Amino acid sequence: MGGWPSCFGLREEGKLWRSKSKSGDSNRKPPKKQSKPRRNGVQFAEEDDGDGIGDGEALEMATTGTLKPSSSELDLDRPNIEDYLPSGSSIQQEPHGKLRLLGFTPNGFAFPQPRFARYFADLDRGRRRHCRRLVHAMLQVESAGALELEYILVSVVVFRSCVSLSHFVSFESCLEANAILGIGWVIFLSSYIPVHFLLKGHEKLRKKLERFLVELICSFFVASWTGVVKYHGPRPSMRPNQVFVANHTSMIDFIILEQMTAFSVIMQKHAGWVGLLQSTILESVGCIWFNRTESKDREIVARKLREHVQGADNPLLIFPEGTCVNNHYTVMFKKGAFELGCSVCPVAIKYNKIFVDAFWNSRKQSFTKHLLQLMTSWAVVCDVWYLEPQNLKPGETPIEFAERVREIISARAGLKKVPWDGYLKHSRPSPKHRERKQQSFAESVLRRLEEK
Amino acid sequence: MGSASSVLTQYDIEEVQEHCNNLFSQQEIVSLYQRFCQLDRNSKGFISTDEFLSVPEFAMNPLSQRLLKMVDALNFKDFVAFLSAFSTKASIQQKIELIFKVYDTDGNGKVSFDDILQVLRDLSGSFMSDEQREKVLIQVLEEAGYTRDSCLMLDDFIKVFGSVGPNMEVEVPVD
Repeated sequence: MGGWPSCFGLREEGKLWRSKSKSGDSNRKPPKKQSKPRRNGVQFAEEDDGDGIGDGEALEMATTGTLKPSSSELDLDRPNIEDYLPSGSSIQQEPHGKLRLLGFTPNGFAFPQPRFARYFADLDRGRRRHCRRLVHAMLQVESAGALELEYILVSVVVFRSCVSLSHFVSFESCLEANAILGIGWVIFLSSYIPVHFLLKGHEKLRKKLERFLVELICSFFVASWTGVVKYHGPRPSMRPNQVFVANHTSMIDFIILEQMTAFSVIMQKHAGWVGLLQSTILESVGCIWFNRTESKDREIVARKLREHVQGADNPLLIFPEGTCVNNHYTVMFKKGAFELGCSVCPVAIKYNKIFVDAFWNSRKQSFTKHLLQLMTSWAVVCDVWYLEPQNLKPGETPIEFAERVREIISARAGLKKVPWDGYLKHSRPSPKHRERKQQSFAESVLRRLEEK
Repeated sequence: MGSASSVLTQYDIEEVQEHCNNLFSQQEIVSLYQRFCQLDRNSKGFISTDEFLSVPEFAMNPLSQRLLKMVDALNFKDFVAFLSAFSTKASIQQKIELIFKVYDTDGNGKVSFDDILQVLRDLSGSFMSDEQREKVLIQVLEEAGYTRDSCLMLDDFIKVFGSVGPNMEVEVPVD
């Protein structure tokens, strides 16, 4: 469809993207009083102050007090078209031109391309963190920036709907998505393998580089699905004694979060190529494996979790629901993550259903099919909120703590809570549930008999 | 839900609605149909025992076996008719009729002492002995003014429940 060559051509910086003017931006909270001129309405690039945290975002949250969800956020299943269209005056050029957005939409809508050489040259010069954030910035969009991208995407949708060659289009989009992924893998493997073997002696540097590369490959994955991710809240910091919990919809949750921070995860070992990936690459970020079917597994895993958290390694990401849920609800959180004695940082993820249904029904389709389906869809649009770290309150049991965090995550992402154990998806409820009901009934009846 | 027969037409909805005496609104019937199709995995047209037991709340219910006997192999129309007793618009009498059917183990239109005893066995499991159960039952019957040998009919049930009726209402989620 003609988009192929232009995707790979370099375009002049800033031509396609312009930022919104300050006056036209009625949805934003009032801009923080910073001296940096960038804070005019939409900001594309992250701060270049080398501290690793999106300060502007964090401060904005802090000054506006508790997050009051706007009415459009509460009604998350309805498309927020108002959010997607720029209001008011025309869009102006982003003055500093720091960020380029990498967006490959299926019909080859090309956005200005990153200069890879420059970013890798930065790496050599040791300004890895700066480089990493620029790479992130190019692959995902800061809060308001996603509006523009989504505006383009909506026009793409309209354009595409005029073209009813659905088979051809989805084949082509799959091709492009695979091409992106292929490039990503080439870059990743060509960097990872040398780093892994040649830097065996320099553990710290090797770990840092491997983490960066894992984040990079995840970013490529996200780009291959035309992922538009809005991150809200302060970015996770690499501190010991903290654990991150998030609601779980699909395997891609992990990839979306991983492209921002190299978390360690605890996952079920899968078969096939996914298992291969897990054992080789994810080892570098430090992962814990468990097996749902083994009952003794629980104590071993609990011990491993505790050891990991106390070390100063990558922060651990846990999905306490234990299984994929369809992003309308949250099921009961397992208490394992909440009795480790550290602070728990909740992360809420909500996918926008108009673009694609990201729920992976593992009983209905294999992961490969699921990934292909994601690649051929319009886009994967989601919001990620990093929420305030929580600690166990005095007198609170881990289960109550888990429920409290679940409440926070559900409220933020607009999910309904259900009192169900996620593992029931995989197995029938054990007879002890029924017996408990029978027991309470019998006891109440006998009590009444005694009273007579 | 891929086959063409799983699409509900307006005629179908109205037919089902009439069959359940208008106790469900059309939107509720559509929601119920979606749920029915989700449970009926191979699109057989009815939900098998195993598929009912895949609903955790149902599997945990001590009376599940009894209920299963009543709902097994019902097609959608009859299924909705069965569920209509749980609708908010259903009368108290309809709800009590359903309970009567659950208690009437042998299906002869009368609920005897043994029928109730069997239900009590399901409800209390291994946590009560048979003697305790009999004792409880005799006491319950006497309190209501019956004896061990009396056979209860539907009217007796209605009298016992009085005007309050059982709390048997379910809201069908409508998108």
